Parts: sequence; structure tokens; C-alpha cells
Amino acid sequence: MFANPFKLKKLGILGMNKRNIQYIGGENDRKYYPLVDNKLKTKVVAENADIAVPKLLATIERQSQLRKLQDILAPYDKFVIKPAQGSAGKGILVIVKREGDTFFKPNGQRLELRDIHRDISNILSGLYSLGGKPDVAMIEELVEFDPIFERYSYEGVPDIRVIIYKGYPAMAMLRCSTKESDGKANLHQGAVGVGIDMASGKALFAVQHDDPVIKHPDTGYDFSELEIPHWEKMLTLSASCYEVTHLGYLGVDIVLDKNLGPLILELNARPGLAIQIANRTGALKRFDMIDKRSDNADITERVTFSMNHFGAQ
Amino acid sequence: MSRKFQVLLLALTLTFVGLFIVWYKVSVLGIPFLPHEKSSVYKVGAEISFEGKNKAVLVSMAMPQAQDGIQILSEDVASSGFGYAKAQMEDGKRAEWSKRTVTGPQIIYYSLEVMIEPGEYNPKPPIESSEQKSESLSDLPSTLSNTAKILLDDVRSRSADTHSFAAQLIQEFSDKSPSQAAKILIAQGGETKIDILYRLLRYRHISVRKIHGLYLESARRNIALTPMLDVYDGEKWQLYDLNKGKVTRDKNFFIWKQGGGSLLDVTGAKKSNIRFSINERQVPVQYLLDKKELLDKAAILDFSLFTLPVSEQNAYQHILLVPFGALVVVLLRVLIGLRTSGTFMPILIALAFMETTLFAGLIMFIVIVGIGLVIRSYLSSLNLLLVARISAVMIVVIMIMSFMSILSFKLGIKEVMTITFFPMIILAWTIERMSILWEEEGPKEVFIQGGGSLIVAVFAYFVMSDPFVSHTAFNFPELLLVVLAVIILLGRYSGYRLSELIRFKSMVD
Repeated sequence: MFANPFKLKKLGILGMNKRNIQYIGGENDRKYYPLVDNKLKTKVVAENADIAVPKLLATIERQSQLRKLQDILAPYDKFVIKPAQGSAGKGILVIVKREGDTFFKPNGQRLELRDIHRDISNILSGLYSLGGKPDVAMIEELVEFDPIFERYSYEGVPDIRVIIYKGYPAMAMLRCSTKESDGKANLHQGAVGVGIDMASGKALFAVQHDDPVIKHPDTGYDFSELEIPHWEKMLTLSASCYEVTHLGYLGVDIVLDKNLGPLILELNARPGLAIQIANRTGALKRFDMIDKRSDNADITERVTFSMNHFGAQ
Repeated sequence: MSRKFQVLLLALTLTFVGLFIVWYKVSVLGIPFLPHEKSSVYKVGAEISFEGKNKAVLVSMAMPQAQDGIQILSEDVASSGFGYAKAQMEDGKRAEWSKRTVTGPQIIYYSLEVMIEPGEYNPKPPIESSEQKSESLSDLPSTLSNTAKILLDDVRSRSADTHSFAAQLIQEFSDKSPSQAAKILIAQGGETKIDILYRLLRYRHISVRKIHGLYLESARRNIALTPMLDVYDGEKWQLYDLNKGKVTRDKNFFIWKQGGGSLLDVTGAKKSNIRFSINERQVPVQYLLDKKELLDKAAILDFSLFTLPVSEQNAYQHILLVPFGALVVVLLRVLIGLRTSGTFMPILIALAFMETTLFAGLIMFIVIVGIGLVIRSYLSSLNLLLVARISAVMIVVIMIMSFMSILSFKLGIKEVMTITFFPMIILAWTIERMSILWEEEGPKEVFIQGGGSLIVAVFAYFVMSDPFVSHTAFNFPELLLVVLAVIILLGRYSGYRLSELIRFKSMVD
């Protein structure tokens, strides 16, 4: 029932306490947190640094602005509404289709304008933000995700999580939503995590609820055929977030748009540990190798190093 | 100096200092480390409060006398700026405080340490005082004195002897069902119940004494003296509680005042009031014998919690347990990896469990949170703002609590009355958090976190209600340094959690 802790240590598996003390506490300066915890700030900083992000359509900051909601939404048929300070994908509303004042979620559920009104009102009153602080709602362009992932996702956008340690891409996984996860890409809600080979972008292993799986539970496609396009570009994009955020231990979430290519969806100053299970590899060995490198390598050097040293072979 | 070394050094220093003081108190001062091998000492405190009117103030309070079965060990007065003196009056000793000009609210503390003498309790019969004044009822309006006389005749016809007469008469005046005549006498006589009863009994030439005292029990705050009447029928004395009727002379009944004198006289001030508190403490007999000497020689005890007024000491008996609850939370979260809803919510729940008892507390907690979740799910469909919604949930929690109290009182289940010890704001937040969790992550996560919180609360309850822990926490508060050291060390623990050994199991296979 229990794994031998010494074996885990030998495999270099990072535990929650060590992550909190050494990596989050040691590498991430608290003063840079607001930049990643507030998606609106992240977006502004990323745009200034020419990092590709989904386009911001509008922001709603006060309840009084909700009276004009119909005007604000008028030009858009599909969009995403999210809380600027939400965590773990909470409070995100995706609209894929519109017929007059009726809106449709990806699973076909119909929403009236007043339903959207209520969701935004909840966001503004701080229902989804840490500690219930009043929040801001962002309306973003819907990412038209690349059909290459269609087979591996149920009613949701699969995203790629890359762990960036001191600017080096250290580990990556693809997160595929399932029926169980309700279209969300959160592993603890039942999404499938697929470990990705750092050298090639090919799938390594897949896990659901921390247990290995071979096929997607809803679509039935074998994960071993999966290969992520634009792999090097993706790693470069995610590694460039280090310069912007100054966070040594950073999780970067990327989506692949059909027309625009890889886009940064979200940054995370406290990335979780499940990525190790999806890769069947401990993160500590890679972190230790990165620790031995000099601090002033540029982005290309760092990506090349990671692709050469953290590949599956 | 590396951070790791600093932490280690700090923890070692704290542990050493804490343990050294404990060692000193145990081996040099003889305070027992284990909770047995000792006897109870009660600290009885009187708190006199009044508000000065910029005039000279004279406070006079009846002082307890030596009595059979209970030994007064020491007395202590805290009254900054007041002159203090004892006076021997005809109805007993009195403590007197005085000051030339007094403004604003004032508090005077007077406390006694008393011990119930071990061994059989054989109270000597009180000396009968034959020269009691006879009472007439002539100062009452004629209608009232007629009412009183009719009542006395009526009671007499229903009684056999002096004691049954007294018992019947007191019954007429009881709180629960006073008779019509008693109600009139209390309402129009302008005297307290005990004074009216005393006069009525004296009118019938029955020997009777007024007694005010306290039951020595642990941790009582803000209580008043219990009035009693002691009735003599020529052969034996019998004690009557004004509400319960006939009571036996209890070993732990401490008589504060006998006879007719007033308990408290305050001249030159307004809003005067006196409240009592009792606090039980376990001390070794040796410590009792030379306490006075000990206090003089050990400066360390001058700064101990024992020097505080009794009601504050009682509060600290609870407060000092909280760090041990926090230690349990840290242990279970850092070493085991249990997830809880709200970091320190389990400690507050555990504190409530200590008042409600564990089983009743668990059931009440689950019932309140369960009903709350149902109601919260309806409120969420009303689309309210967050602050309004949580306030609404809190009001609902209070209503559930009062409804459960009333229902259980009607059904005669006393345990549920203690429901008021649950912190309702914490309950409201718990319901809010659980309900969001339910909507977003499903019921499974609610049971994981809710169950985790309850497990932590139950563990914290067992630790905090342990007699050894509560004894050492209060008598050796310096152990907090050791707890602090352990928590600091745990704060630097970077190894695996027990839950992670399960989580990462598939990676080893």
C-alpha cells in the first residue's frame, strides 16, 4: 500500500513539503506572485514582451457595468469568460455558439443572458478568487483549438503544462479533459495527464487519477500515437516566461490555436506534482542538473539544453 | 549561517529553555509533573465593579469566616490606589476599601485560596442563638400583611412540624411555580425573596439564619452567591435552597456570608456589582503547606499565571490548550497529508467538542452542516452577493442552533443545549466553502475535506482533553516553548508525506 520513501528519494521524486520549502519558498519571490495570480496582469506583461496570448476582448470590473452586458457581448459569437484571480480553472465559462440572446456551452447546454449575468456577478463578488477578494471578469477570444487534439479531448481544450525551472523547461505534460472532469483540464477532477518527451514532443505515458491508462476513456484513442506539433516553439515560448515573471519554479499552460499556433493561457507559481506521475520520472534529478548550469544562458541555449538532456532516450 | 542551521539552533534553544524551567519547577519547587498525587485547591475570586462619580468612595464587603470542613489557605487583594483595611463588625468581618476621589469604572479583586479538608465531613451543629429578634409584619400595608398571614395559616394546615412548615413555605416561593400569594408578596413587598421568607419564618418564631455561599466546582465564572436558609426546630439544623428546597449540607458548599448584614455596600459610586468566580487547581500537599514561603523565594512564580485573577486563569486554561491543537493540525497536515477545510477550523471545532462531549458534538456538527448545505444550495439559486449570502447562511445556522436547543429541551436531551459552544461564524464559512466545493469538485471532495477536518478535530480533541496535557499546559506554560520548537522544526520538514507514499506508489512498481 505504501511506497518505500527511500526508493522515492532515489528516483528523485519531489514531494509536497520539499516543493513548498525549497522550490516555491526558495525560488519564487512573493512580490512577483500578483503578476501570475492575476491573469489580467499576466496578459499585459506577456503582450508587452511579445509573448503570444489569447486576445482580450473586454473586462468587467464593476457590478454596474453588467447593465451594459448585452452591448458588451453584442459583437461576439464565441468567447471565454474567466475570473482574473481564479485558481484551478474555477469560474471559467466557455461559449462556443450564439443564437440571438441564447448562448451555448461546449456540451450544448443553453444559457440565457441572465445566466451569464449571474456568473459574472459571482466573479466580481470574489466567489472564485483566493480569500474571496473582489475580482475582475475577463472576456477573452475563444481559442480554436487545433484539431490534432480532437481525438484526445472530451468537450474541452486540452492544454500543455510545462514546468520551467530557473528558465529551463524541465518537464511537460498534456492535460486532456474527460467526461468525468466535466470538460476541465484538471487532473484531480479526472482529466488525463500525458507525459511528453522533452526531446521530440511525443507522448510517453498517460495517467488518470494517478493510475496508468493507455486509451482516452471517452474517445478510445491510443495516446501512444500522439505527437505535439511546434514542439520547439512551444518550449521556447514557455521558457521566455521566466524573464517576464522572475519566478524560478513556474508552471506554464499553453494551448494550441488552429490559426495562431501556441498561446500562453495561464501561468502558475505553485505548479503541482502529478506531472511526475505522467512522466514516470522524478523532477529532482532534472532540477539538480539545471542547478549546475550557469545562470546567464539565453532562451535558445536553455531550450537546446533541455531537449538534449531531458529526452526519453 | 545557513537557514537550516538557524532553525535547528532556534529549536534547540527553545526546547532547552522550556525543559530547564520545567525541570526547575519540578525538582526544586516541587510542583508535580504528573496530574495525580495531589489535592484540589479552589481559588474563589470576588470581582467588585463600580463607577466613580468623582467623589470619595467607601466599599465594604462581607468576608467569609473560618468554617468547618473548608480551610482558608490565603487571601489576596488587588485594588490599585485604594486603601484596604479589615474591620470587625457585629455581624462578622468586613473588608473595606477607600479612596478620596474616584472617577470612571473601577474593579477590585478579592480572592481566597481554600481547600476542602480531607476525611469525613462532620459539621458541628451551629450554636443556637436564642436572642433572635422577633419580626412583626406591621410595617407592611394591611392587605399585604393579611395576604402573608393567610398564606402562613394555609401552609401551617398543610404541614406537620417546623421543618415541613419551612419546606412548604419555601416551596410556595420557588421560581418554577410560585403561588399567587407569594407572587404578590414578592412584587409588592419591596424585599428580596430571602428577606421575605426570613421575616415570615421569624414571625412564626422559628429560628432561622440567612446564608449566602458558593459550591466549590471547577471553572465557574461570573456567578452570584447562592442564597440559603438554615432552619432550626429545637433539635437539628436543616439547610434549604430557595429553589431546590431541602438540601443536605454539602462538603463543598463554601459559606461566604451568614446573618443579616449586607454583602456589599458601596458609597459614593454607582452601578456597583459583585460577581464571583471559582477555579480548581491540583497541587501537592507539600506545596500547600509552604506556599507562602515558596512564593517568596521563587521569583519565577511571581510571573506565573497563578498570580492572575481567577477568571483570567480560567480563560488561560483553555487558551493554553490551543497550541497543542495547532501541533496536531501541523502534524496531520505535514506528516500525514490530510486535507482540511480551513487551516485552523478543526481546532475551533475541537474546542467546541470539549464543551459538548465528543459524540454529541460530532452529531450536532454534522446535522448543522448538513442542513446548512441544503439551505445554502437554495440560496445559491437566488443569485446573492457573497457577503449577503454568508450572512444569510450565518443567520440560518443560528436558527438551526436555537431550534435544536428548543427541540432537545422539550425532549429532555440535555447534551444538545451545549450547541451554543459551536462558533457560528466558522460554521457559516465551513458551509459556504463545502458548498462551493460540492458545486465545483463534486461530493467526493466534500467528503475528503470534511472528513479530514473532522478527523483532525477529533485528534485535537483527544489531545486537548487529555488530563495530562491540560495539567501540564496550565502548570508548565513554558512547555509552549517546546511546542513552538517542534512546530518550527516541522515547518522545515521537506520529506514525503504519508499520503504521498500512496500517491507515488505506482512510480516505484
